[in-house]
Amino acid sequence: MAKCSVIQGEAQRQQAGKRLEYAKFRRAMTLVVTAVSMTPLLLLSAVLYFSYHAVYEGKVFDHLEAVVERHALAIDEFLFERRQNVRMQVDSYTYEQLRDESLLNDRLRKMQSNYSNDYVDLGLVDEKGLQPAYAGPFRLLQADYGAAPWFRQAIAEDRFISDVFSGIRGTPHFIVTARGRKTGGEAFILRATIDFAHFNERVRQIRMGTTGLAFLVNRQGEFQTNLRPDETVDHEALAAITALDFGKGLPRHLEKANAQNRTMIYVAYPLKMKDWILVFQQERHEAFAHLYNAQLISVSVLLLGGLAIVGTALALIRRMVQRISVAEQDQEVLQKQVVETGKLAAIGELAAGIAHEINNPLAIMVEHAGWIDDLMKGENTSGMKNFQEMQNSLKEIEIQGRRCKEITHKLLSFARRTDSRVQETQLNDLMQEVAGVSAQKARYGNTIIRLELDPDLPTVHISPTEMQQVLLNLVNNAIDAMNKPEGVIVMRSHQDDSWVVLEVEDNGQGIPQANMARIFEPFFTTKAVGKGTGLGLSICYGIIDKSGGTISVDSTPGQGTSFTVRLPATLPAAADEQQTESIPNKGD
Amino acid sequence: MTMAKVLLIDDEAGFLDVLSKRLETRNLSIVTALSGEAGLKALAKDHALDVVILDVKMPGLDGIQTLQMIKKDFPLAEVIMLTGHATVETAIEGMKLGAFDYLMKPCDIDLLVQKVQEAKEKKAKHEEKIVQAQLKEITSRMA
Repeated sequence: MAKCSVIQGEAQRQQAGKRLEYAKFRRAMTLVVTAVSMTPLLLLSAVLYFSYHAVYEGKVFDHLEAVVERHALAIDEFLFERRQNVRMQVDSYTYEQLRDESLLNDRLRKMQSNYSNDYVDLGLVDEKGLQPAYAGPFRLLQADYGAAPWFRQAIAEDRFISDVFSGIRGTPHFIVTARGRKTGGEAFILRATIDFAHFNERVRQIRMGTTGLAFLVNRQGEFQTNLRPDETVDHEALAAITALDFGKGLPRHLEKANAQNRTMIYVAYPLKMKDWILVFQQERHEAFAHLYNAQLISVSVLLLGGLAIVGTALALIRRMVQRISVAEQDQEVLQKQVVETGKLAAIGELAAGIAHEINNPLAIMVEHAGWIDDLMKGENTSGMKNFQEMQNSLKEIEIQGRRCKEITHKLLSFARRTDSRVQETQLNDLMQEVAGVSAQKARYGNTIIRLELDPDLPTVHISPTEMQQVLLNLVNNAIDAMNKPEGVIVMRSHQDDSWVVLEVEDNGQGIPQANMARIFEPFFTTKAVGKGTGLGLSICYGIIDKSGGTISVDSTPGQGTSFTVRLPATLPAAADEQQTESIPNKGD
Repeated sequence: MTMAKVLLIDDEAGFLDVLSKRLETRNLSIVTALSGEAGLKALAKDHALDVVILDVKMPGLDGIQTLQMIKKDFPLAEVIMLTGHATVETAIEGMKLGAFDYLMKPCDIDLLVQKVQEAKEKKAKHEEKIVQAQLKEITSRMA
């Protein structure tokens, strides 16, 4: 029996444990679902990201290299043409002819008009570095280039293009020379100065975005074109570029972080017989702006998608766990009902056993009383002064014996029905029975039970045992709710249309408004720990609900409570239908 | 002359004792047995027993089993079931198995005597019919 009674505190502990278990289960499920759905997504994203990244980077570099190569080739072409022009003058005219400044002026004008204004001046320089003839805007006649570094190289080679330098005139320029021979065999050179500003512009026009710019350097890392003051080139990067080996002549690219810690990309292409290098530099961030945009978008999509997956998983699992919890609770209630029913059956058996055991001695007592009665009839009793008293005592023994018999018989008949078989039941009989059984308990609580039964009550299709349980529960609750000496419990029955309506009304303490909504919940109890399981009304609800009826409560705190049970009556028309249903029951 | 010869079977000696005394004062001849087995032995010994008053709940052979054996071996003896268990089922079963009637313990002594008388009458009628049938057979054989 102790096992059957679930103490409230323990129930709460169990529920807390269950909640913890559910939380654990939910966490585990969420983890698994998230991992399973996110892993492929992340893997796929990573693979796509890296391959797309590599491909796109390759494309960007290809494009930059192509641009740089095109420009480098164009610049090379330009330089080559200039060299050819000068070469042609040397081939067409002798030293003596070129010494004539008017011819030189004429040639300069021709070259300027034919080949844009790239040429600044022309000068004839003999083998000692003196300039005997000059055409151009500067006063450089008889200038001595004997000590100039470019002259030594130029006199040694058939044709030559110098690096950019400031020279005598003091402005950056570079010169193109062609070597000829005097009639005496001594070498001379014809020197043309290229308009540096113009040339500079050619390189400078290679621009991309806001950070992409191009410049020329020689192998020593000296700039051959101008940079604007706001444009800087990292020294380390420059050193790395000049150290590059252009064995295959292909444009090369490299990446380096500059002093401002921004990664720059450099694309280099050699020109002028690999003396000079055309370099294009751009901030990596700008060059790959599209890639970074795409990355941003895909990462956002991934994040949002991931959030959606996790959110959905969470919501689904929460719902699932809720369902499971509800199902488990239902099952628990069912189990408690079974336990409760079993408990009632056990109590019934116990009662029956006790009743039987008491019945036998009772029978003997009654028989002995009868035997004394028999004997006294045969005696001469006229002389006995207390004969009448004895007679009265015997009668009393007989009356009380009969009363005991009634009690034991009632207990036995009550315990007899412990099944939930549905049958036609006259609820008035059940109410009388329950009122009889509960009368003793009610008397201890100074409460009387009054019956107001409708004699024409139709029968109801229900298990009498279960209905008895419902009524007992309601009456016991009513007795427990009494807190005054003049407790009255009224058990009423009447018919309402096709319904049989039962009422158990008390004038006890009533139910507080706050508890009204919860009284049919399992485990809800206001009784002290160990005194009530909080299952009684929930079992009642279950039984009435199962039988197609309703149970409702109406209570005024301090005034009393009334429980109303409505059950579908077995009407003459419906009786035929139910007849067929009830046949198997009658068979057993 | 006793009204009827009654076998009282009950496992409660106290009950048996007082009930037999009471019934004897009411002009009945009583034989007692403390168990179903003892009751059957008594029946076998004394063929003049008319009515058996039988308690339903007993250790060993219970009332129903004893009833079955009485009806098998001594079909003419009438049995009144005496039950402390107000189980209608047992009573019905007893009646189906040929019990004359049943009464609930503790029972009213006069009611019990009345039942015994009725049972005895029924048995007497049976016996008479048997006697007449035998007579007829004998006379027909003689003729």
